[in-house]
Amino acid sequence: MAAAETLYDVIRRQGITRRSFTKFCSLTAASLGFGPGAATAMAEALETKERVPVIWMHGLECTCCSESFIRSAHPLVKDVVLSMISLDYDDTIMAAAGHQAEAILKETKEKYKGKYILAVEGNAPLNEDGMFCIDGGKPFVEKLKWMAEDAMAIIAWGACASWGCVQAAKPNPTQATPIDKVILDKPIIKVPGCPPIAEVMTGVVTFITTFGKLPELDRQGRPKMFYSQRIHDKCYRRAHFDAGQFVEEWDDEGARKGYCLYKMGCKGPTTYNACSTVRWNGGVSFPIQSGHGCIGCSEDGFWDNGSFYDRLTNLHRFGVEANADKVGMTAAGIVGGAIAAHAAVTAFKRVTTKREKADAS
Amino acid sequence: MTIHETLAAAAHGGKAVERQSIYVYEAPVRIWHWVNAVLILTLALTGYFIGSPLPSVPGEASANFLMGYIRFIHFAAGQVLAVFLILRVYWAFVGNIHARQIFHVPFWSGRFWKEWLHEVRCYTFLARQPKKYVGHNPLAQFTMFLMVTLPLFFMVITGFALYSEGAGRDSWEYALFGWVFSIWPNSQDTHTVHHLGMWVILVFVMVHIYVAIREDIMSRQSIISSMISGERLFKDRED
Ligand code: HEM
Ligand code: HEM
Ligand code: SF4
Ligand code: SF4
Repeated sequence: MAAAETLYDVIRRQGITRRSFTKFCSLTAASLGFGPGAATAMAEALETKERVPVIWMHGLECTCCSESFIRSAHPLVKDVVLSMISLDYDDTIMAAAGHQAEAILKETKEKYKGKYILAVEGNAPLNEDGMFCIDGGKPFVEKLKWMAEDAMAIIAWGACASWGCVQAAKPNPTQATPIDKVILDKPIIKVPGCPPIAEVMTGVVTFITTFGKLPELDRQGRPKMFYSQRIHDKCYRRAHFDAGQFVEEWDDEGARKGYCLYKMGCKGPTTYNACSTVRWNGGVSFPIQSGHGCIGCSEDGFWDNGSFYDRLTNLHRFGVEANADKVGMTAAGIVGGAIAAHAAVTAFKRVTTKREKADAS
Repeated sequence: MTIHETLAAAAHGGKAVERQSIYVYEAPVRIWHWVNAVLILTLALTGYFIGSPLPSVPGEASANFLMGYIRFIHFAAGQVLAVFLILRVYWAFVGNIHARQIFHVPFWSGRFWKEWLHEVRCYTFLARQPKKYVGHNPLAQFTMFLMVTLPLFFMVITGFALYSEGAGRDSWEYALFGWVFSIWPNSQDTHTVHHLGMWVILVFVMVHIYVAIREDIMSRQSIISSMISGERLFKDRED
């Protein structure tokens, strides 16, 4: 690794042609929603700016984010990003192992102090001093904090790193904790989803490594370019929602006609993600297109929000399990009964009081 | 305020003027009350059908807009409710003392709680003679504050936050109410609390209408007609 190596140098050294390189730039610029001049600007940045190394660490997770990432629509995009440009360390897919691999971490931390990107897949369990996730002989939380110290910024991959996901579902015995609750002093970009869409992931990595800064983030710390609209806003079944045409039961007439899945518990109306625009597997389809509602996998606590197939969320408070309407109707029923009883007692008292008064006079 | 104080307060030039009827609820309060009641019932009905939609309609999607109309009515009524609530807050400042009652509870006043307890005892048949009040009695004031005023603000805030999801991240609704999603990052939870808020208000309405009718028959003052004419009529002269 030469000190002032650019990304372009690395690409050429790997035998990628200039033609492929410009293709990669236009493709990525388009996927990030940039204007026509952006591809040239990107190419220029990649040719002149110093390479930004990426360290990819795995905490408590299932590796679905990596699985998604390596299936990016355009093989060139993921090849360029993954194996050639900047991925200096990824213990799951790199050739090096053991001490040799761990040495890379130390080297990057020292050599690129404040300049490298830390991409984290999964999260850190904090219970029992972090012993529920041991990585390289140490609790993962220690490794995470140690590598975060000198990072420029952190990418939190997937629902696990962003929100906690299934390992943080109640009662969360290992106290799995999302990255932004462990690392408090670094810019963190959340790329939620279980897993996130491949094109979204490559887009985010490319943006950061190209421009050396994080893209614009929303209130929740997610990149605005991919997470500022709900599945529902761009869903192709939306016309049926507005019309009031719903699938009422699996395999009914409505299901065959491709009606809206709202009543089957579709979480599209509350889920921010790019599925209904970018879609999956190279734009082939996405859950709703395949006839199943969105389960809200990119949202906070989606495991704890009741059934995937209920429209109204079940509440688990006070030892009861019921949705807002059941709670409300029960309360209304009790109060209605109380009113009736109160009215009866009132009438009774009125009669007896009148009689008392009549007796007294 | 009890009737005695009001009579004393109405004293002019040392001569107490005793009155049988007092102007309590000014026109803006009365208009707000009835407009608000109609809006809340509209919002509850349309809101319920947003949560649990009607059976599917047949035909081509482009020939129907049922869910669209239900949501439109909900959003329109919601925005009107918000405007009227703002006007009602304005009136709390410029209107008479009774216009202010539902916006606060005199939490530190021992007397308030004593009279509050007396009302509770009356309603549980433990005390017989309810006191007379020109405005709302302490129990009514307390309940209205807790189950109407606060929930209405809550519904407006969460309602506009939900609305901003459709209007977009660059809308004024999101600029003003987007902070709600810092409390509930998953808007599914925002939907749930907005939905629960409806039931708090509906339970109040049930009790409220019962009590209004009951007091109208039982108590020693006019009730329902007061919210129509504004005048409180006292039926007897005892304390
Ligand atoms: C959605 C339905 C309703 C809501 C949310 C509601 C709410 C309220 C509120 C907040 C007040 C206090 C007004 C103020 O001080 O500004 C009030 C007073 C009053 N409401 Fe309603 N109301 C509803 C329906 C009704 C109905 C149907 C009746 C008639 C039976 C009624 C009769 C009254 C009366 C008589 C008062 C004055 C009580 C008093 O003199 O202390 N309300 N209501
Ligand atoms: C007393 C006042 C209100 C009541 C009782 C009420 C009731 C409801 C209910 C029950 C729902 C369905 C929630 C769910 O399960 O998803 C709902 C949704 C909603 N309400 Fe309200 N609401 C009120 C005021 C407002 C206001 C002031 C606004 C602001 C414009 C508003 C905007 C909305 C929006 C945007 C939705 C979501 C609609 C959708 O997802 O399609 N609401 N409301
Ligand atoms: S299927 Fe889901 S996302 Fe699509 S319109 Fe219906 S509720 Fe919205
Ligand atoms: S449609 Fe919903 S559940 Fe499916 S991948 Fe997209 S965000 Fe996740």
